[in-house]
Amino acid sequence: MKPEVILHSFGYLTQAAATTIAVSLAGIVFGFAIGALICAARVSRRVWLRRLGGAYVSVFRGVPLLVQLLFIYYFLAEYGLDVPAIAAAVGALALSSGAYQAEILRGALNAVPRGQGEAATALGFSGLDIWRRILLPQALRISVPPLINEFILLLKASSLVSVVGIAELTRVSMNIASETYRPVEAYVGGGLFYLAINLCLAGLGALAERRLGEAGAR
Amino acid sequence: MNLDLFWHYVPSLLSGFGVTVVCWSAGGALGLLLGFAIALLRRLRIPPLSWLLRAFIEVFRGTPFLMQLFLLYAGGPSIGLKLSATAAGILGLGLYSSAYFAEIFRAGFAAVPVGQIEAAVSVGMAPFDAMMRVILPAALIAAVPAIVNMLIILSKETVVLSIITVPELMYQVQTMAAETFTAFGAIFAMAVFYWLLVEAVSRLGLRLEARVTAYLAHEERAA
Repeated sequence: MKPEVILHSFGYLTQAAATTIAVSLAGIVFGFAIGALICAARVSRRVWLRRLGGAYVSVFRGVPLLVQLLFIYYFLAEYGLDVPAIAAAVGALALSSGAYQAEILRGALNAVPRGQGEAATALGFSGLDIWRRILLPQALRISVPPLINEFILLLKASSLVSVVGIAELTRVSMNIASETYRPVEAYVGGGLFYLAINLCLAGLGALAERRLGEAGAR
Repeated sequence: MNLDLFWHYVPSLLSGFGVTVVCWSAGGALGLLLGFAIALLRRLRIPPLSWLLRAFIEVFRGTPFLMQLFLLYAGGPSIGLKLSATAAGILGLGLYSSAYFAEIFRAGFAAVPVGQIEAAVSVGMAPFDAMMRVILPAALIAAVPAIVNMLIILSKETVVLSIITVPELMYQVQTMAAETFTAFGAIFAMAVFYWLLVEAVSRLGLRLEARVTAYLAHEERAA
């Protein structure tokens, strides 16, 4: 065991960690947009929209992420779209995370007591105002802790994008392992970075859960 | 790709599917056993041991599965652990899932009402009997839904084993795709296949769940 290997490649790993965080952050943000749309479809009054939303969730949660990633990667190649690998990587993470986030948002919406919407209707709020002022603020509040949890899961899943050549933590750890012939040190070093990021996120999640009180403690 | 060419690959695809199933079941079984052992050991509350187990759980839940696989497969030989890709894959799946299973079993134990344990003690059951007859059955049944869920997640993780060249289904498909220049179609078929597989496993899991937790529904109705 030569811990110096980790120290020597510290700068390299830090840079890679930044890439990992950036890719995951992009994935979670785009995923949130997709998730919100799918969630809206799933709670819609139109049956075909609900079915469509349900099918999306079933497919993107049922197909392994690596398969989705390679599918998108080859799909772009098949149609001659000259999109950088990073777009395929972020796209795959966002599409898959969107399915999970849709379920988180739907759960949060369901957790807002029924009476709230009914009370708002009784008070004469318009449909849009009920959403904007009553349902969404409460649902978003409830969904913060599970969304942070989803971010942790996504951050770990982002290691798979190393397969399409993105220089994130896992890829860089591989490179260090093959350059130094010290795989244990390289992967332990990379793993420590993941662990540090995730512990911070978990702390943030615990904080959010406490701050948001009982409503967020689900 | 024409059909003749496809038939040529059927044996390797079937063997790949076999390897996937073996890795999944062996890895899952290993994870369940290890996770159960960890959960039991943590109940003993022996200070240094429970810290170590806690750290084990945090590390394996806090790092990507792919990273753990690389460490095991590429790093193993330098600490005297020479494994074939498949063995490393099964061990990796087992270690990774054991951290999750340990937490699932812990939650299962926590779900057993304290009153039942107290009742068992007060009717004179020895600790071992109370464990075997009261705590364990209730804890295991409470854990079933989460176990089923984790096994489904694990079935999707087996795909990752292809990266360390375990000859499972994904690996065979990629080999076929590379040799026949039909990546797009092959991966698409693969996605459909996995989707059907996961859907089928989920349905089966739900039925199993409904069966073992049927008595809970009775209780609720009675209450």
